[in-house]
Amino acid sequence: MKQVPQKDAPLKLNESATWIRDDVSYEVNEPDAYALEEALRQKEKHGGEVVVITAGPARAQTVLREGLAKGADRAIHLEDNGFVGLDAFNTAKAFAAAIKDEQFDLIFTGLQSDDYGYAQTGVILAQILGWPHATIIMHIDKTDAGIKVKRELEAGFFQNVDMPLPAVLTIQSGINKLRYATLIGIKQAKNKPLRKVTMDEVKSSLGDNMQKIEKLYIPQKTKKTEMLEGPPAEVAKKLVEKLKNEVRVL
Amino acid sequence: MSNVLVVVEQREGKLNRVSFETLRGAQQLAAEMGWTLEAAVLGANPADIAAEIAKTKVAKVYALSCAACEHYTPDAYAAALKQFIESKKPTLVLMPHTYQVRDFAPKLTTALNRTLISDAVGYRQDGNKLVFVRQMFQGKFAADVSFAGEAPYFATFQAGAFRGDQVETGSAPVEAVTLNVDASSIRNKPLEIFKEAKQAVDLTQAEVIVSVGRGIKEQKNIEIVQKLAEALGAEVAASRPICDSGWLPMDRQVGSSGQTVAPKLYLALGISGAIQHIVGMKGSRSIIAINKDAEAPIFEIADIGIVGNLFEIVPPLIEEIKKAKGA
Ligand SMILES: Cc1cc2nc3c(=O)[nH]c(=O)nc-3n(C[C@@H](O)[C@H](O)[C@H](O)COP(=O)(O)OP(=O)(O)OC[C@H]3O[C@@H](n4cnc5c(N)ncnc54)[C@H](O)[C@@H]3O)c2cc1C
Ligand SMILES: Cc1cc2nc3c(=O)[nH]c(=O)nc-3n(C[C@H](O)[C@H](O)[C@H](O)COP(=O)(O)OP(=O)(O)OC[C@H]3O[C@@H](n4cnc5c(N)ncnc54)[C@H](O)[C@@H]3O)c2cc1C
Repeated sequence: MKQVPQKDAPLKLNESATWIRDDVSYEVNEPDAYALEEALRQKEKHGGEVVVITAGPARAQTVLREGLAKGADRAIHLEDNGFVGLDAFNTAKAFAAAIKDEQFDLIFTGLQSDDYGYAQTGVILAQILGWPHATIIMHIDKTDAGIKVKRELEAGFFQNVDMPLPAVLTIQSGINKLRYATLIGIKQAKNKPLRKVTMDEVKSSLGDNMQKIEKLYIPQKTKKTEMLEGPPAEVAKKLVEKLKNEVRVL
Repeated sequence: MSNVLVVVEQREGKLNRVSFETLRGAQQLAAEMGWTLEAAVLGANPADIAAEIAKTKVAKVYALSCAACEHYTPDAYAAALKQFIESKKPTLVLMPHTYQVRDFAPKLTTALNRTLISDAVGYRQDGNKLVFVRQMFQGKFAADVSFAGEAPYFATFQAGAFRGDQVETGSAPVEAVTLNVDASSIRNKPLEIFKEAKQAVDLTQAEVIVSVGRGIKEQKNIEIVQKLAEALGAEVAASRPICDSGWLPMDRQVGSSGQTVAPKLYLALGISGAIQHIVGMKGSRSIIAINKDAEAPIFEIADIGIVGNLFEIVPPLIEEIKKAKGA
């Protein structure tokens, strides 16, 4: 589960224009919340344990606490400022190194992050682990031989896929309905185990970043949008004039 | 000599036409860089699609046939393309950013120990560096991203990044290549492709659409949107999160995983304008957006924009529409 800037947060470029200023409020990456929910539902059906993991600075612990409060059993935090600057390949390598002694049957990631949106980390992790994967998942059933998943395709199409375990699945928003953390859950979360992994522990598994963000900027507008201004009542009047005379739907 | 390879997309024997956009982008890039451009199509029987691609301006088309690739799986596609790319050693491999490519490309590049700049909207020469332009933070920022390390480099282009109808035509030779992928190495078993039960509303026929996004905040507020739609004689549509939350049924969703609409008027309320939404409505004759954030990407494609709180603007708007209609 990745921590990302809140959707409504006003973002500003940093001084070197290579990144945003990090004094913003953060939240859980939206599809990752659905991934957690799906893990909790699978556990409720089939038993087992749910572990939440994140890579990021100290502030990212909030997403783990949220996961634990909703019902995850334990958490792993790859804690270092340096983790956010890794490319998707290195991020996946860091995860693989941090979980090498674990015995998971399923790893869920979100299908992509709301901030950079590379849409790759889960698939790369599967390849590093040598596991099969499937992306943009909207339903999961256990079968005798493994799992049957429903992949979303474009334009309203879907495809079912049978696959063995262990496997990595990237989860699409809307696969389920999210639950809220309960007060008891929030209380219990404080006593659940949280393992910290330092950069030093995984460093030997990482390579150089293979892609580099050279520059971040506000995209140039290409279209001239006619902006209507004024107090609400006046704007409403202006808009209705347009609807009548230009758009011609009245 | 550097060269670009475009891997076009076919699914169940049908060419995905978004491939022409990537070909167009690759033609421009190859011409500017002075690189050669080749294309490839992978499948059990790629000959027909290869022949279609051979009518565009490329140096050569590879028809990559792989018996195990008849039905798409990431294992077969990554294994087959890895073989081909290792033997051909292209400098740059370009593909469209489709659901299928998202599924296998990161696996392919990882298997090759290389990286993929995904979902680029363009490219630029920055000095002697080739950078790819990506949207970041849901379109609020753009970034120039460069490759470090060795070729082959991989990038995918977002739908709409280039004009597929402007692809230059030509006549290229086709080379048939057979790739052997061991069928027993394929772990996923793809089953049927299907659509959910028939949709109750057909938004594609609507003349006027009032579409609502997460700016509506709560389910109970949907009512004011319905009132506005009623006044306008419009259908109600929504962005994906509204349907994900069950506030409106799935068949009202517009976008890449919903319906594609082209009404006379598309009025977007509290929708930020993520690319996956825009691809479903950018063909609308007139787009009007109401959003409280002046920087929201929806204003990039709107004809008329209002920066403001929809809860303050919609009620007087309903009144004015009623007045205009009564008159
Ligand atoms: C200061 C700074 C500099 C950066 N410089 C670069 C750079 O030079 N090159 C570059 O490629 N990127 C750079 N990045 C971005 C980089 O950190 C991306 O986050 C990373 O490449 C992964 O891509 P993504 O987040 O889009 O993952 P996606 O592949 O879109 O994420 C998919 C899923 O993977 C999981 N996931 C991914 N990352 C994490 C995480 N950290 N913790 C928990 N789960 C996770 C989540 O479940 C997520 O839904 C920089 C970031 C910062 C803050
Ligand atoms: C593979 C994939 C497929 C997808 N398919 C689709 C799809 O088919 N359709 C789709 O829509 N999305 C799709 N998405 C999701 C898409 O990326 C966006 O997350 C989504 O479109 C955002 O919806 P939104 O604009 O309603 O919400 P947000 O991005 O949260 O935007 C809400 C907006 O409301 C504004 N706002 C808030 N309060 C007010 C107010 N009081 N008055 C006015 N404005 C206000 C805010 O400024 C903001 O711009 C897909 C994503 C992926 C990864």
